Amino acid sequence: MEGSILSSILFATIVAGTPLIIVALGQLIAEKSGVLNLGAEGMMSMGAIAGFAISFETGSVWLGVLGGMAAGALMSYLFAVVVLTLMGNQVATGLALSILGVGLSAFIGKPYESEILPTIEAIRIPLLADIPIIGEPLFAQQSLVYFSWALFGAIVWFLYRSRPGLVLRAVGESPSSAHSIGYPVIRIRYMATIFGGAMAGIGGAFLSVFYTPLWVEGMVAGRGWIAIALVVFATWRPFRVMVGAYLFGGVMVAQLFVQGSGLEINIPSQFLSSLPYLATIIVLVIISRDQNTVRLNAPVSLGQPYRPDA
Amino acid sequence: MLRLERRPEASHLMSYASPAIAILLMLIGGLFLFAFLGKNPIEGFKVFFINPISDLWGVSELLLKATPLMLIAVGLAIGFRANVWNIGAEGQLIVGGIAASAVALHFQESEGAHVLILMIIAGCIGGMLWAAIPAFLKTRFNTNEILVSLMLVYVAQLLVSWLVHGPMMDPDGFNFPQSAMFEDSALLPLVFDDGSRVNLAFVFAIGALLAGYVFMFRSFAGFQMQVAGFAKDAARYAGFSARRMIWIGLLAGGAMAGLAGMAEVSGPMGQITDQVSSGYGFAAIIVAFVARLNPVGIFFASLLMALLYLGGEQAQQYMNLPSSISLVFQGMLLLFLLGSDVFINYRLRWKREVAA
Repeated sequence: MEGSILSSILFATIVAGTPLIIVALGQLIAEKSGVLNLGAEGMMSMGAIAGFAISFETGSVWLGVLGGMAAGALMSYLFAVVVLTLMGNQVATGLALSILGVGLSAFIGKPYESEILPTIEAIRIPLLADIPIIGEPLFAQQSLVYFSWALFGAIVWFLYRSRPGLVLRAVGESPSSAHSIGYPVIRIRYMATIFGGAMAGIGGAFLSVFYTPLWVEGMVAGRGWIAIALVVFATWRPFRVMVGAYLFGGVMVAQLFVQGSGLEINIPSQFLSSLPYLATIIVLVIISRDQNTVRLNAPVSLGQPYRPDA
Repeated sequence: MLRLERRPEASHLMSYASPAIAILLMLIGGLFLFAFLGKNPIEGFKVFFINPISDLWGVSELLLKATPLMLIAVGLAIGFRANVWNIGAEGQLIVGGIAASAVALHFQESEGAHVLILMIIAGCIGGMLWAAIPAFLKTRFNTNEILVSLMLVYVAQLLVSWLVHGPMMDPDGFNFPQSAMFEDSALLPLVFDDGSRVNLAFVFAIGALLAGYVFMFRSFAGFQMQVAGFAKDAARYAGFSARRMIWIGLLAGGAMAGLAGMAEVSGPMGQITDQVSSGYGFAAIIVAFVARLNPVGIFFASLLMALLYLGGEQAQQYMNLPSSISLVFQGMLLLFLLGSDVFINYRLRWKREVAA
């Protein structure tokens, strides 16, 4: 395989993995607080259409990303009200959020379906970007790719090195003890859930503003669900989320591998497109095979409602 | 200050009133939505909720659209009662439709009832096979059935797309991604002879609701699944097999979704295309919840949900709104329901702040 092909495969893999990293790390924080939000698909869809529409109307990419973030945050706020204040079932409410988000984004996005945004220039880091093979993929990327790395660093520091991170984990492991030593469990869960929604919104906006850059109904195409699976696969550890996201990114750009291999194989495109979904099932099987892996690593109160009875 | 206070015991009344509250809130939300879009809310309400059923033809279309929802929702409800979360009915519907279409295309030259009977069997088996994957992985490897069944929806969509672009494509179809039109022997007979499109599948749906009712409330397995849904540990101590419930829950949902897929290709569509799924698999989840997982409720909730679909079509035609507005109403309905369910176990009380 030629160096330039390898470099472009690596480049495409990192780009495809980026929205998964952002969304999955956001979900990781929410789940660490004990909240399971299955609405990532809906929040990403809303982030994607809000990001696209605002970028298109204002001509500003960054207003678009901010708008996507706000849309995701708003959706997760809705979720939080139902499951945290009204103690609704987290699984059912997350599903409702997914259905609502996918539907609402299709509805809002109708007028934008034939529009396209200008391609955004990558940010080249001088010298480093000229390194053969890995230079381009690592140092000549879109700004949100760098953001995903910064987010990773920040979350590792927050979870394992900071006091609020410790409190967050305590809330997820044992909300009643956290409550009894005086931490506002519900408020912390609200914040973690909304952070997760904001990140899902940014992930969605990345797709519609940077990646494609256009809006098509259903363009999130299951990435929200894959991000949720990724958190399980990573056994709730940020580093494994990164690795997993790039693995999936690689699977998503499988077409490039086929082209790059130079082989004359005739595989239906639908088969290649189904690989990320099949891969998700396979990794879930591998990780859940040993019940203890999941049980020991999952936040103990994940998905359980909690209400401090004053 | 208004506070939520736990009720001494769950309110029976509220568990039935809460869907009504949710529907009311959805209607109010709809009025706001129309107003926000710059349309006259009253006019919007009329176009969306009244016009579709203002004549007999409209009512028959309502029954036609409600049919797959009833079938799928009753199958899903059996699993949901035992906390078996089959979210992939949409994929099971597609695979059922594929299997039934394969039979129809194979017997193109045949006359007689055996074609339809084989299509029905194939549809059910197709859906069950697709649902068996999450059931097997859940019982064997403890893999989350929500994520697996959902991933398989995307795989099924790609599978049908490949089939109608390749092996199942109509050779005389000018390369459109669709199969040949089915022969009459592969089409479900119509129920009324007044020109409406309601077909035999509606009778199946009513039968499925009755069978579902008997299973849930008159059979031991149904009782076991109910217990498992309420108290997992109690079911385990009683020695009920969790494995069996997972299989029953998923296969019931798969069979009914597959039958719904068969009814789509053999009914209103008359062929298979890559548009065989129209969101019924997801809408049926909402139906099951709004109906409190009860077959009687499913009948009415399916009609309501079908009305939302028809209303969306009307809104597109007469108000120049995208038909996906139906999905917005559906999502709102479910969220409002889940929110108002809090009053089953809690009540609002005025409480004065006590000075510390």
